[in-house]
Amino acid sequence: MMKQLQGKSGASVFQYALLPQAPLPAVTIADPGKATLLIDQTYEKKSQVDLTEGDAVQTGQKLAPFKDSEAYVISSVTGKVSAIYPYPGDFGKNFTAFDIEVAADDVAPAVEDLEPTMASLRTYLVDAPGKPALDLLGDPTRPIHTIVVSGVDTDLLVASNQYVVRTEIDAIAKGIEILKAASGVETIAIAVPRDLIAGFGHTGADELKAVSLDYPSGQPKLILYHAFGIEVPAGKTCADMGYAFFSAESVANIGKTYETGQVPVEKMVTLIDKQGQVKVVAARLGTPVAAILGAAGIQTGDRDRLILGGPMTGTALYDAKQVVRADTDAIMVQDAADVTLVSDYSCINCGECVRSCPTRIQVNMLVRFLEAGQYEDGAELYDLHSCVDCGLCSYVCVARIPIYQYIRLAKYELARVNAVAEAPDEQ
Amino acid sequence: MSSKKMFIVSHAPFWHNGSNIPERCYGMIWAAMPAVALGIVQYGMPAVGVVCLAIATAVLAEWLMNRATKRTITITDGNAALLGLLFAMLVPATTPWWVVMVGTLLTVIIGLHIFGGLGANPFHPVAVSMMMLTVSWPAFMDFNAALVNYELSFNAVYPLTLAKNLGTAAVADFTTLDLLLGRQVGGIGSTFGLGLIGGGLYLMAKRYIRWEICLSFLASIFITALIFHMAAPDRFAGPLFHLLTGYTLVAAFFLLPESSSSPVNFIPMLIYGAGAGFLTILIRNIGSYHDGVLLAVLLMNIVNPLLDKIRPKALGKVA
Repeated sequence: MMKQLQGKSGASVFQYALLPQAPLPAVTIADPGKATLLIDQTYEKKSQVDLTEGDAVQTGQKLAPFKDSEAYVISSVTGKVSAIYPYPGDFGKNFTAFDIEVAADDVAPAVEDLEPTMASLRTYLVDAPGKPALDLLGDPTRPIHTIVVSGVDTDLLVASNQYVVRTEIDAIAKGIEILKAASGVETIAIAVPRDLIAGFGHTGADELKAVSLDYPSGQPKLILYHAFGIEVPAGKTCADMGYAFFSAESVANIGKTYETGQVPVEKMVTLIDKQGQVKVVAARLGTPVAAILGAAGIQTGDRDRLILGGPMTGTALYDAKQVVRADTDAIMVQDAADVTLVSDYSCINCGECVRSCPTRIQVNMLVRFLEAGQYEDGAELYDLHSCVDCGLCSYVCVARIPIYQYIRLAKYELARVNAVAEAPDEQ
Repeated sequence: MSSKKMFIVSHAPFWHNGSNIPERCYGMIWAAMPAVALGIVQYGMPAVGVVCLAIATAVLAEWLMNRATKRTITITDGNAALLGLLFAMLVPATTPWWVVMVGTLLTVIIGLHIFGGLGANPFHPVAVSMMMLTVSWPAFMDFNAALVNYELSFNAVYPLTLAKNLGTAAVADFTTLDLLLGRQVGGIGSTFGLGLIGGGLYLMAKRYIRWEICLSFLASIFITALIFHMAAPDRFAGPLFHLLTGYTLVAAFFLLPESSSSPVNFIPMLIYGAGAGFLTILIRNIGSYHDGVLLAVLLMNIVNPLLDKIRPKALGKVA
């Protein structure tokens, strides 16, 4: 399960796993019984929304129920609204949840007014499965000259994007065509795992880039660094450098939308069971994790760990009622016996993290600042913003310090402080 | 009671390579065992007494300091026991019980805990306490005086004393094989060359210590001693003699690569090891101490933070 190799400097490295030569068809989990749709808006009172309990919705129907916002969600099922309630997300985000009681018949009318324009893409596909990064395009202060269609997954064992590039290449080609027409971006590149590079001549992409299988080469900043020769300055994003990353799945779904006239509602999700076995399934957006696990026959027990995402960068869930979202690439279940916990030792300066860091950060020094809450010094002196969020430092930590958690927290806190500092005075 | 399933929630990553601190400490204790075993064979029950007393005192001191600083009790992680054992390895088998206790207390309390405990010590705790003892009670740290009543099958004069006072000819009797097999006087666990090298190879293979530090130290000892030897063959002993006598090997594998007091980047590790080797020979050959290893370790510990400023440029670092 954990394919561990010795790296050049003696540090442990991992490799991304390739799916079997001909990936098995994804198992479709289409009948969630109840789906929960989420809109990125805070829900305070009933009068905010036009939708009420009992309203009927159809698959593919656009719901923009807020009176003072254009935020919307595409219903992934046909049925009746059964509940509306506030839904807390990670890092203090607030969503509004709409529970839909699924009806027996699935009705999916086609969308009529599709045009190959950004406006049209934004109207229907902001939350399409794979989460196309539409908000990066069309910002005059930050022009994009290259769209990178990423056919690799960032985390280990996760194979959703890889599955899509290997099975839906025609849809990707169509999506590239639409994206090019709509965005006017000069170059579209496609990045695929190095070992799969043969056979991508006909996607309509201008450039084809091979990505190494060594973890964490699938991280966008490292793709830019190794495949494009672009070093993103610390604190800047890939978009600041003119590169917008789109997951292969999101591009395929753009293609499918324009091919069929229907907005796709199925997300490719990699299921990782307790033995580390990987299976790609297609699940309607809004399907509760519990329903997917049940359909796949994966049992969970007390003190197991349930993770949205992969083993290195995912998010642990506190219950199985959470749902599949546009960017849910994987669901992982870890047996209670395999759960490792952090310790309260301080850093012993063994240097394993320094030798495993793909961006050459002095993690041993950085973590000393972060433990003390000195986030700004950590960023200035020890390169916090060079971090690409791979989690290898925590993986190898002898003292079992939650280093990656400190780093995420520091980045979050600094972003919050900067946002306050840069916000115009509201007086 | 609620029948609801409870999941464990924590932060990514959810995998760990399984390494941990107790494994490291006990690994180092095992690696030291061959050398300690030969010391016990040579010096008998007094050596057993010193080793046991040192370990017991170290663990007790760790417990007291954990209590005093209101921290988790960490006596079972092996670090205190390792420090006690390392201290015992460096002293003569006849060291009085109170010197052993004072030395071990200094190791754990002054060397380690007043700096903040494991990971926070700027110097190797054992090097600190040994130097304090050397300065305070030089008589007890003198191997010639301490081991005068032993009937040993080999030359019972400390080889470094001979080399220092009488030059190369005086140590001609010590063959490399003798030194490798521990046929020399010295600390309980610091004379058995083969045992220490074996333990060191094990530690490097398990990656509990950094090979860059050990090898650059040994290479530097060899080269520096060779230069001295070539300059004045009569006065200065050859490089192999220096590699296999005194605390050279114990320092190479157990003192110098101690995590907290040594650098982590490649080039700094090489400088650190090489600097310690150079200083060792300098002190041995033209300094006033017979064995300069502990001083060299302490001096390089001091420059460690500076050395680690030599580091590769992080990805995307601007200027």
